[in-house]
Amino acid sequence: MTTIPDAPLLQVRNLCKHYPIYSKGFMRRLIRVVKACDQINFDLPAGQTLGLVGESGSGKTTTGRAILRAITPTSGQVLFNDQGRLVDIARLSTSQLKPLRTRMQMIFQDPFASLNPRMTVRNIVAEPLIIHKMAHGSELDDRVVEILRKVGLKPEHRTRYPHAFSGGQRQRIGIARALIMRPALVVADEAVSALDVSVQAQVINLLADLQQEFGLTYLFIAHDLSVVRHICDSVAVMYAGRIVELAQVDQFFEAPQHPYSRALLSAVPNPDPDMPMRINLLGDVADPGNLPAGCSFHPRCVECMDVCRKTCPVVHRLSNNRTVACHLYEPENMPVSTGDGKGINMLPESQ
Amino acid sequence: MTTTPTTMTPACPPDTLASSDAVLTVDGLRVRFDTEEGQLYAVDGVSFSVPRGKMLALVGESGCGKSTTAYSILRLIQKPGHIIGGSMRFFPRDGHPIDLAALRDKDPLLYRIRGGAISMIFQEPMAALSPVYTIGNQLCEAIRLHQHLSRSQARQRAIAMLGHVGIPGPAARLSQYPFELSGGMCQRVVIAMAMIGNPQLLIADEPTTALDVTIQAQVMGLIKRLQGEMGTSTLLITHNLGVVAQMADEVAVMYLGRIVERGPVRQVLKHPAHPYTMGLLASLPGLARSKAKLPAIAGAVPSLSQRLPGCPFHPRCPHAQPGRCDIGTPPAMQSFSAGQYVACLRANEIQPGKVPQ
Repeated sequence: MTTIPDAPLLQVRNLCKHYPIYSKGFMRRLIRVVKACDQINFDLPAGQTLGLVGESGSGKTTTGRAILRAITPTSGQVLFNDQGRLVDIARLSTSQLKPLRTRMQMIFQDPFASLNPRMTVRNIVAEPLIIHKMAHGSELDDRVVEILRKVGLKPEHRTRYPHAFSGGQRQRIGIARALIMRPALVVADEAVSALDVSVQAQVINLLADLQQEFGLTYLFIAHDLSVVRHICDSVAVMYAGRIVELAQVDQFFEAPQHPYSRALLSAVPNPDPDMPMRINLLGDVADPGNLPAGCSFHPRCVECMDVCRKTCPVVHRLSNNRTVACHLYEPENMPVSTGDGKGINMLPESQ
Repeated sequence: MTTTPTTMTPACPPDTLASSDAVLTVDGLRVRFDTEEGQLYAVDGVSFSVPRGKMLALVGESGCGKSTTAYSILRLIQKPGHIIGGSMRFFPRDGHPIDLAALRDKDPLLYRIRGGAISMIFQEPMAALSPVYTIGNQLCEAIRLHQHLSRSQARQRAIAMLGHVGIPGPAARLSQYPFELSGGMCQRVVIAMAMIGNPQLLIADEPTTALDVTIQAQVMGLIKRLQGEMGTSTLLITHNLGVVAQMADEVAVMYLGRIVERGPVRQVLKHPAHPYTMGLLASLPGLARSKAKLPAIAGAVPSLSQRLPGCPFHPRCPHAQPGRCDIGTPPAMQSFSAGQYVACLRANEIQPGKVPQ
């Protein structure tokens, strides 16, 4: 795999996916637009893992699918570095897109729903190679056996059907199907959420090993922050269709900047009984079809100011790879700026 | 509530679990499912007691029998499952103890207990509510089944309860249907329904698993607050050790239909004695801040249809000794430290944190 080192594998620019809602009846007037994902921007360098976190309905999955062009974005660019050649996935025609499909794959959340119960493991795992005519005959079988071994399954599992496997093993089959094409980019949509703790740890280790071995780049969609902390290099927090904070993983967990990020972190129950929780998030997730005026988060925000109810915050760049969309980081609201952005933590820890 | 006297079996064994003030004492419960694959013992000799006014958490991975145990208490196990042994003694605040395991399937007392003295919160809030009845209809049904109140009194009580669980505009919610509410709001309705009879024992089966982490925190806080205000004892079924640490007073860890360790939460989570508990805690991501490999428990939970001799955990246990852990009957619970019991032959030999290579 040869990629130009200076261009990230994936650059997402102002990606939007809006769903129009029409009135009932003959006229079908446009009543409103649901902004499932809105103005998404991030870079994902090759070999790294970006975690996309947020509550359900925040647009994580829509973003992941729009990037893979599983759904067509409304606007914006998805620049994919295809061996040194930048292509905009959002603009390609279906025929131009097909060869690129081999470079981008997806792992799904539910290991029970994502495998066809009427196909054997061999047929499930080999299907991508057959569709793209990349192998046939004994070569096909050799590649199936090889990838099954890599994900910790046995060659004799080929002839079995998905029902014969446990949840963790099924997820391994799903991973084998995604990786048999040797993709550059893998979108893992809640890939470990449905698994039990002990099996989840095995699959997380497997994903990390495979990343090392194949130089994979993951877009890891998750709601479990402890998993994200463990395997991601950077984190993007989504709320109501927008990215509210983007940061390196260590910076994010040490000093989350957006009030929503802090609230999200405070709500994770710590398995240490001596570390009590300080919950400071009330209310429900905003309805993307009926967003409040101003900042979508303001009805739940503990730091809400007047301006938050009126205008939508712009994205502020705190340092090289750290952005936050919040009025607290408007220049006039910031008493001290330490230049590199790391020291911006003048807000008292909210109780 | 008033209970008809003596449904207690005369052969009730003496209290083995030192339940001076327990609201429920389960002793040697066994539940068997007769399936085509053979007889599966989903719950195989489970004993625990829920202290009055406290919260006991039952933790384990899927298939370990924790939900089956919860359903057994209210006698909700359906065919092909049967309760084949053990006792489940419920001690009402006033009246005689009742052995729930000895009641007939359609005993009128059972109908009074369900939703009355013992109530339950289910995992899927959307599935626990009927989609074709309004919230008010479903709440008032629960009230009028157990309390002698008129329709308008029941309505007032329902509004008060909805307000109590933190639902904004409770009066307006009564005429809404479950689909009009979010998942967190639905779970609050389910909690309101469970708490409305002022139960003595609340069984919460994965009450927060289907919810977002922020909503989970709110619902956990709510259950904890109601427990304090109403003096309810709670049996919490969960697989999330974080929830256990933050919520429960005592914890029992289940594996393959058996309790392998139980004791006070702080003691069990800080100084686990059973290798399975140690493995579960070690495999949680996020505790170790490094990107190192997670120390996962090897292998997978075996099928219930193959019953192994010896300790059920020995094929996955890093401390298992051949010829000792893999023969005979499963190890019995033994006292490990104050209040902490463990079912492991080597509990006193294992150095915590050290795994033999």
